Amino acid sequence: MDLIKLAEQTYVEKKDLPSFKAGDTVTVYYKIIEGTKERIQQYQGVVLQRRGVGASQTFTVRKISNGVGVERIFPLMSPKIEKIVVDKIGVVRRARIFYLRGIFGKKARIEEKKA
Amino acid sequence: MSGIIGKKIGMTSVFAADGKFLPCTVIQAGPCIVTQVKTKETDGYDAVQLSFGEKKEKSTPGAMKGHFKKANTTPKRKVVEFKHFPEAPAFGSEIKADLFVEGDFVDVIGTSKGKGFQGVVKRHGFSGVGWATHGQHDRQRAPGSLGASSFPSRVLKGMRMGGHMGVDRKKLQNLQVVKVMAEQNLILVKGSIPGHNGSFVILEK
Repeated sequence: MDLIKLAEQTYVEKKDLPSFKAGDTVTVYYKIIEGTKERIQQYQGVVLQRRGVGASQTFTVRKISNGVGVERIFPLMSPKIEKIVVDKIGVVRRARIFYLRGIFGKKARIEEKKA
Repeated sequence: MSGIIGKKIGMTSVFAADGKFLPCTVIQAGPCIVTQVKTKETDGYDAVQLSFGEKKEKSTPGAMKGHFKKANTTPKRKVVEFKHFPEAPAFGSEIKADLFVEGDFVDVIGTSKGKGFQGVVKRHGFSGVGWATHGQHDRQRAPGSLGASSFPSRVLKGMRMGGHMGVDRKKLQNLQVVKVMAEQNLILVKGSIPGHNGSFVILEK
């Protein structure tokens, strides 16, 4: 087991990622390679969950795009993630807020944490 | 074809430089000791014998003790002969994981996990009966007909049936080497390899 960790350590490059949890609104700056060109795509939404440990950690971001709910799962340690910006810190009572999928509009508001 | 003996440590996943998430198997490859170099003159064929894995001296037969002593090393658990080494290494020398470089394609030979006595569905990929109703009873995973009737009045040889499955020597070809950690003698190959964690495997280039 320790040898596996040793092998993993050579890969996990420590990026100064912000701490965020379910309920927070984040913007993910994701590198996209088109042919030879590289550009950065922004994806803003509410974090539904964080899961996994080590290099295989992922997080799910949900947003409403043209009236359609879109969810995207990002690998947290991916080298394609340029940066993550936390826009709002939300107050929710659970670690996985899948109940957000069933509600929309005013009901889907998340209370913002008071500074 | 050069090769090395290793031990399967386990699986993990790593990010490649292009951002792809690769499932990898960690193998502790070597250091192996060259315990015999066979040549055409003395043995009738060319081969290199490598040994890997520590073993207690008291559980080693006397003949093997002498064999390892000749190579100036301690008793080893796994002894494998490799044919067609590009150039035969010196007797008693060490072969390490740096035999391979990143991007190489290697063949991995291991012993598959034992599955015990298995039926034809798992062992040979039969599809079973298919129906749960329409008069079927207790035969959903049965093999069906074993052959014709009065001619040949027997079951043909080689008919696929249930039986012991697993614990076979399996060779996986063309696995990509993702990373070589020469200091720790670790090799990461892409994908899975046969056998339990901790079992011996043979890597060939």
